Amino acid sequence: MSTFPWLTALLAFPLMSAAVVMVMPKGNAATVKRAAFGFSLVPVAIIAYLWSQFDANATEQFQFAENTEWIRGWGVHYALGVDGIALAMIALSVILVPVVIIAGWNDVENRGSGNVAEYFAWFLVLETFMVGVFAATDVFLFYVFFEAMLVPVYFLIGRFGGPRGAFAAMKFFIYSLVGGLIMLAALIGLYVISSRNGIGSFAYADLLGLKMDPNTQKLLFLGFFAAFAIKAPLVPVHTWLPDAAQQATPATTVLLVGVLDKVGTFGMLRLCLPLFPEAARWFTPTVLILGLVGIIYGAIVAIGQTDMRRLIAFTSISHFGFITIGVFVMTSLGQSGATLYMVNHGFSTAALLLLVGYLISRRGSARIADFGGVHKVAPVLAGLFLVAGLSSLALPGMSSFVSEFMVLQGTFLQHPVIALIATSGVVLAATYILVMYKRTMTGPVGQGVEVVTELNRREIWAISPLVAALLVFGFFPKPVLDVVNPAIARVMQQIGAVDPQPRVAVVDTKAGQ
Amino acid sequence: MSLFSPALLVGIPLVSAAVLLLLGKRSNAWGHFLGTTASIASFGVAVAAVMHLVSQPVGSREINQTVWNWFTVGNFSVDVTLSIDALSGVFILLITGVGSLIHIYSIGYMSHDENRRKFFAYLNLFIAAMLLLVLANNFLLLYVGWEGVGLASFLLIGFWQHKNSASTAANKAFILNRVGDFGLAAAVMLMFVTFGSVSFPTVFAHVGSAPGHTTTWIALALLLAACGKSAQFPLQSWLLDAMEGPTPVSALIHAATMVTAGVYLVARSNAIFDLTQTGRTAVMIVGTITLLMGAVIGIAKDDIKKALAGSTMSQIGYMMLAVGLGPVGYVWAIFHLLTHGFFKANMFLGAGSVMHGMNDDVNMRHYGALRKSMAITFGTFLIGYLAIIGVPPFAGFFSKDEIIKAAFEQSVWAGAAALLGAGITAYYMSRVMFMTFFGKARWQSGVHPHESPAVMTIPLIVLALLSAVAGYGLLHVINLEEWLTPLLHPTTGELPFNEALLLPGTLAVVAVGVVLAWFAYGSTHEIPVQAPRGNAFIRAARADLGGDAFNQEVVIGPGERLTATLVAVDEKVLDASVMGIADTFTGLGGRFRSLQTGFTRSYALVMVVGVIIVGAVAFLVRLS
Amino acid sequence: MSPAHYLALSALLLCLGAAGVLIRRNAIVMFMSVELMLNAANLALVTASRMHGTLDGQVFAFFAMVVAAAEVVVGLAIIVQIFRSRRTASIDDASLLKY
Repeated sequence: MSTFPWLTALLAFPLMSAAVVMVMPKGNAATVKRAAFGFSLVPVAIIAYLWSQFDANATEQFQFAENTEWIRGWGVHYALGVDGIALAMIALSVILVPVVIIAGWNDVENRGSGNVAEYFAWFLVLETFMVGVFAATDVFLFYVFFEAMLVPVYFLIGRFGGPRGAFAAMKFFIYSLVGGLIMLAALIGLYVISSRNGIGSFAYADLLGLKMDPNTQKLLFLGFFAAFAIKAPLVPVHTWLPDAAQQATPATTVLLVGVLDKVGTFGMLRLCLPLFPEAARWFTPTVLILGLVGIIYGAIVAIGQTDMRRLIAFTSISHFGFITIGVFVMTSLGQSGATLYMVNHGFSTAALLLLVGYLISRRGSARIADFGGVHKVAPVLAGLFLVAGLSSLALPGMSSFVSEFMVLQGTFLQHPVIALIATSGVVLAATYILVMYKRTMTGPVGQGVEVVTELNRREIWAISPLVAALLVFGFFPKPVLDVVNPAIARVMQQIGAVDPQPRVAVVDTKAGQ
Repeated sequence: MSLFSPALLVGIPLVSAAVLLLLGKRSNAWGHFLGTTASIASFGVAVAAVMHLVSQPVGSREINQTVWNWFTVGNFSVDVTLSIDALSGVFILLITGVGSLIHIYSIGYMSHDENRRKFFAYLNLFIAAMLLLVLANNFLLLYVGWEGVGLASFLLIGFWQHKNSASTAANKAFILNRVGDFGLAAAVMLMFVTFGSVSFPTVFAHVGSAPGHTTTWIALALLLAACGKSAQFPLQSWLLDAMEGPTPVSALIHAATMVTAGVYLVARSNAIFDLTQTGRTAVMIVGTITLLMGAVIGIAKDDIKKALAGSTMSQIGYMMLAVGLGPVGYVWAIFHLLTHGFFKANMFLGAGSVMHGMNDDVNMRHYGALRKSMAITFGTFLIGYLAIIGVPPFAGFFSKDEIIKAAFEQSVWAGAAALLGAGITAYYMSRVMFMTFFGKARWQSGVHPHESPAVMTIPLIVLALLSAVAGYGLLHVINLEEWLTPLLHPTTGELPFNEALLLPGTLAVVAVGVVLAWFAYGSTHEIPVQAPRGNAFIRAARADLGGDAFNQEVVIGPGERLTATLVAVDEKVLDASVMGIADTFTGLGGRFRSLQTGFTRSYALVMVVGVIIVGAVAFLVRLS
Repeated sequence: MSPAHYLALSALLLCLGAAGVLIRRNAIVMFMSVELMLNAANLALVTASRMHGTLDGQVFAFFAMVVAAAEVVVGLAIIVQIFRSRRTASIDDASLLKY
């Protein structure tokens, strides 16, 4: 493996490009946008190269690893490295950035005020932190990136969002900060324990398998879990998301829901389970119930929403319930499914949100009641909206179906009743998506809807990679699963979980045949 | 890849649909040709494949093709494996054959629609999904086809999206189908937990060693799935509304093929149902209830398509009843499924032809005396009519007769219900026949009935021929029973009475139905253009026997209230408590900020006092 | 002489300075009072240094002087600016920075 610090390059490049974008001459907005877009393609190329070099079955857990001591006294390292799960999440993040830059091309102009360069620079800054949080293999470094992500999002919502953007940004910031501080306390506790064990380090590898008494473990687990539950978000600490999604520009919301929220579920999988396996097992029933409540509650509340952006926010809350259940059910089907779900949900929600954004920018309203009959004036828009919606309701053939089925099947292996109740979420999902589709897209052309024009080429280009990914991974999820499965097998081994065997001994060894 | 590759069979219409959807308006000029050609090509492949099967010895009549590994996680692995065996062979011929005829018919029927290209894309998509459904060699892949046809059905019911009623009907169909799909998902999950696999061969081979209650639960979950897709009680109410779609769609999807998928599912899973008496009884009860319900609804409808839809429900009820009978019934269910596919498609297309000539009016009270102005439509419809009511030697006679016989062999009650259903069928179909083609003309002003163009009448003629000869042909020439024996293992039972009584008895019941209809709607009778209020029974049947009212009262109404409650809880309880915390701190800040007077010297005084206090405390603590 | 006398003087100077800060309204005079307090502290530091026989206190006193010098530069500049714009050096008049 090459010794070039690829991950540092992946981290540093967007940050430097953000600086370049900021100092570019302000006069020509188009040049600034093109530069930002061009810069955002470089990380995509890097991740493509890393993906090709990644050895899914390697013996070491983290590849492309870098490790430099950062703060010696506290055992803090600047340590990066990726396993299959992190690689998939980083790929999702860096692919979504150019997509949102194209989709948000005219956001600032449409808003009428704000600095174009600043808007795109924040996206690039955010990209650095997103990559960092997934690539960090030092828990302290993870925390630093985890909190740093709040800053660009705060400004993206507050300075470029809707009329109540400042409020939503503050709500988001304080909510996340509370979670982050609880996590910081747990982090310090973890360091104290590791010092007592004579290690005194924040490095992930050093913290695995620490001996600690059960009550401490439970408390530390709760500390981390609280942060991730707010981030994910799980019911009942979800109320920041609908406001943020409603006020932020769709491009921001895509990164917020598509990637940032995944840090919560990623953290559960990366930190909560392997660091505190006994506590995780002790809390499993509670977390599964929380996830289940999230699925049903999010779906039902979504049905009752009148604003499309809030509706999608609640559907995401429902989907995060699925992901959480998949992570905590402790079967490889459930966890691989949850990881795949994170990727797929990123793509499908991105497509849905961007299309809603196009609708809003044309009609000047996000209320479902203000639409109707869009299929007549903008058939391509309506068609893509349906495709994105079908992906959200996990239609077979779409990638989200594979992941949703894996989560449900993985859950059924351990907890059939929970799996069955969660499965009823698919009926609710059909209801919230199709009712929204019917009210906005079908019927006679509504008053004021005539102004909704067909998508232009730029807008279609932003959506098409997402739709392509949804379809391709629906029929052929192997590329992602090949990378994710070995990583999940390692997690399963770290938490000491094994998949249950079929109840009826089947002689035929090759299952599925 | 050989000519009869199953992947090719599915691939042709799928690629055609993709091309038509991606090219968009650019393919408007030739879209319908591509769509029809794709369907016919697929039919060609199907014929080749079935010919190949026929040429093989009985034990090895199967073509398996593993296209790729779909996904593998831990010990769960699903392949995209397609297989053509005796059962799916029959289905692919029906789907692509009737499908191609309906494609041809649609060229004429949809010629004035600006979105005709899209219509053909959706039809192709449906054909591909339906083929996938019957070719899948494991339950998860079947699930893909299962929801795929649901999607195609959704798109086609809501094809005229500018009509609110159409998109409502489409949503209703999809969501009710999803309730059924919940059953299929549950069955798949239970199968994997039990057998470690979801593929047909493994599951069917080991189902015998599973605990009995597991088998029963799997069977009941599959039945729920079948109820959704095949519009069986209690998930039946979407089918009548689905008539909002263009008529060729009603013929192909909501009569001939998709709605029979539930029957296919149960027949395919016969290894499971054979082991559970509870499961079979449940299927039988569902089938019996639906066959009577559908027939009763058919009596009351004035909309020709809805009358036919009620009839479809009822006929599928027959098939469900037959598969619920177990080994004595499977073959006859499939037999009836095929004949029904022919004659019902024929009648729906005939109804479409009538509507085409009547300015898309569907109300039979505005029809009458059309037999002269639409001779070909009348002739073909007549054959379909004779086939469905079971007049020898037309197709329905053979298949329905066998089901009634099998039902009597298992249970007198089921047999009696099937016989009663035959009588009601004769009544409501005669009513449709008389109201449409006989009697006096009750045409609205400006309507000039005319025969449809050849592109529409030729498929009608072909289907009419099939309706006429398929019964005898399938039973005695092709010998369907023997063909399906290796998969469905038919047995015969004992009739509780002399077999010689059955045929005359059935024919007598049918004759009574026809005669009653003749007195009510025959040529001498004046049919009011406005529907009379009718008695309570007719009013209930017009309201779909309370299906929608039940959904409204039990599901939608409470669901809406629950939604409203939870939305309020979210805003007024959860969010409000979070905002309450924020407001508390804001309030505290408001109180305390009045300490900031802006007078530097008062700050200094506070500091001095503070220093004195700290010093005093330090001093005192030192002393103690 | 006993170091205690120096400490007493230091305490006296500090109290004088504090009283000046609290009582006087003129910014310049307050400023001088603050300087007085700082120098009282310096005296105490030097005394302590002498008592302990180490140089720490003296070093610290130098620090304090340097910081005080810097503070005077900034502080006087602010006061002059305030006087220029408001024609008064009364500290009670400059009370805009409040709730």
